[in-house]
Amino acid sequence: MGMRRRRLTHVLGCLVLAAAWPLLGYAASAQALVSKGNGHAPACQSCHGAAGGGPAVAGFPRLAGLDAAYLGKQLADYAAGTRANAVMQPIAKALSADERAVVAAYYSRLPAPTIDPPARPAAAGPGATLATRGRWSRQVPACEQCHGPGGVGVGAHFPPLAGQPAAYIAAQLKAWQQGSRRNDPLQLMAHLSRALSAQDIDAVAQWFAAQPLPAPSAQP
Amino acid sequence: MTLRLAALLLATLALTACADRTPLDAHAAEAPPAAARAASQAAAAAAFSPPPESAIPDGPYGDMVRLGREIFVHTRRNAQPYVGNGLACVNCHLDAGRLADSAPLWGAYGMYPQYRKKNRHVNSYGERLQGCFMYSMNGKAPPLDDKVIVALETYSYWMAQGAPLGVQLQGASYPRVPAPARAPDYARGQAVFGRDCALCHGADGQGQKVAGDYVFPPLWGPDSFNWGAGMHELDKATAFIKANMPLSRGGMLSDQDAWDVAMFMDAHERPQDPRYQGDLAATRKAFHDTPMSLYGQRVNGHLLGAQPPRPGTANPM
Repeated sequence: MGMRRRRLTHVLGCLVLAAAWPLLGYAASAQALVSKGNGHAPACQSCHGAAGGGPAVAGFPRLAGLDAAYLGKQLADYAAGTRANAVMQPIAKALSADERAVVAAYYSRLPAPTIDPPARPAAAGPGATLATRGRWSRQVPACEQCHGPGGVGVGAHFPPLAGQPAAYIAAQLKAWQQGSRRNDPLQLMAHLSRALSAQDIDAVAQWFAAQPLPAPSAQP
Repeated sequence: MTLRLAALLLATLALTACADRTPLDAHAAEAPPAAARAASQAAAAAAFSPPPESAIPDGPYGDMVRLGREIFVHTRRNAQPYVGNGLACVNCHLDAGRLADSAPLWGAYGMYPQYRKKNRHVNSYGERLQGCFMYSMNGKAPPLDDKVIVALETYSYWMAQGAPLGVQLQGASYPRVPAPARAPDYARGQAVFGRDCALCHGADGQGQKVAGDYVFPPLWGPDSFNWGAGMHELDKATAFIKANMPLSRGGMLSDQDAWDVAMFMDAHERPQDPRYQGDLAATRKAFHDTPMSLYGQRVNGHLLGAQPPRPGTANPM
């Protein structure tokens, strides 16, 4: 009886170790990619920060807590050229498909950092109107209708806007307008970005940059 | 059976396409009264623009308008006792009930009181709103003097100020879509759904939630509208979809795609029609005796309406 139990424990222990092995390998290689790069691509954290928070001053986006499928698709799209960016395209091309998946999974599991959002813009400003009401005369829904209340993000296709650097959000809207970013499903962003002026873009970018990230418990 | 249904559908579609081009009420089964139609033709579909939200006045009246807007946009949060699913008024009436061709409130308000075939009597606007709660919201009717109805009426009245009474306004209801070349088809609709709808509504049509609230509404199943709602009828769903879906890309789908995907959506189970008395065929005969309704019909071997999901049984997401 005791013998059998010991053998069972041994077998179970081996099973647990076997199951955890790929995870250990994954954690190690993700950590290496993020902190050291792979010899061709530089370390992600050199721009996106050690915690994946993306220093807002430089306009680098936060990656921590974003959906893994979304992040993976962006890397693939950089590599394919449907999302043009002088910095990210060579990096994405220098990562293998496996490495992209590993990095995406790594950042999706990092907790969104607590950041001090800039002072909240006026609740009734033009940015707030676009974000919460839209501009239906030009077929522009409220940003919140797809990106979630306060821009917290929805699923794999509608990334969070809350707390992203205003410079990053504005650059993306301009990239869609100009066609240098054309990896949006159903061309949703390409269409509606054309209805926005430069002032609209700055206002709505600043509004979302000032939105708080949801508390970890409130995340789905 | 399916073939016969398809033939019947096509015949009816051809007929309705010839009959008139009046826009569709989201929930009602009838055209506007003849007098109103004549008036509308005389006015050559009068144009109307609702006042901006910023024009809502201060004070108790403005407060009631604002409450109406809040109920309209966050229906479950603000009218909880009367809501039995995961939808909100704004899901089918975009821009908080303001958008032309999305059954705007300003297009409906001045058309009541109105005789409705759906319940065979003259309905006040308040009773019309009650119908939305019973069917589209799969809940129960708030009493006519309940704050929920008063607030929604006040919001609609405010939005329709200056609009002529009894006149079918340009942009009211949903614009009717001409009959398709081919009878609406489930398999083609499924392909359209996967291509253009699943992105937001999910591969299973059950919508997407954030922190327990739907951001994208479920299109069938326990948290969607019930078999008594107008949106379960193919012509109404087609009209809504063609003009408004995908969000921000209204008008993108071909007429055929809109019919096909409407048929696909409406060929799924949803909560039971509250007027059901235990006999599916009798309920169909009494309330859904039209080729535009698949209720009580067999599609892909499933008798629709026979196994309606119970509300509140949606999988937690």
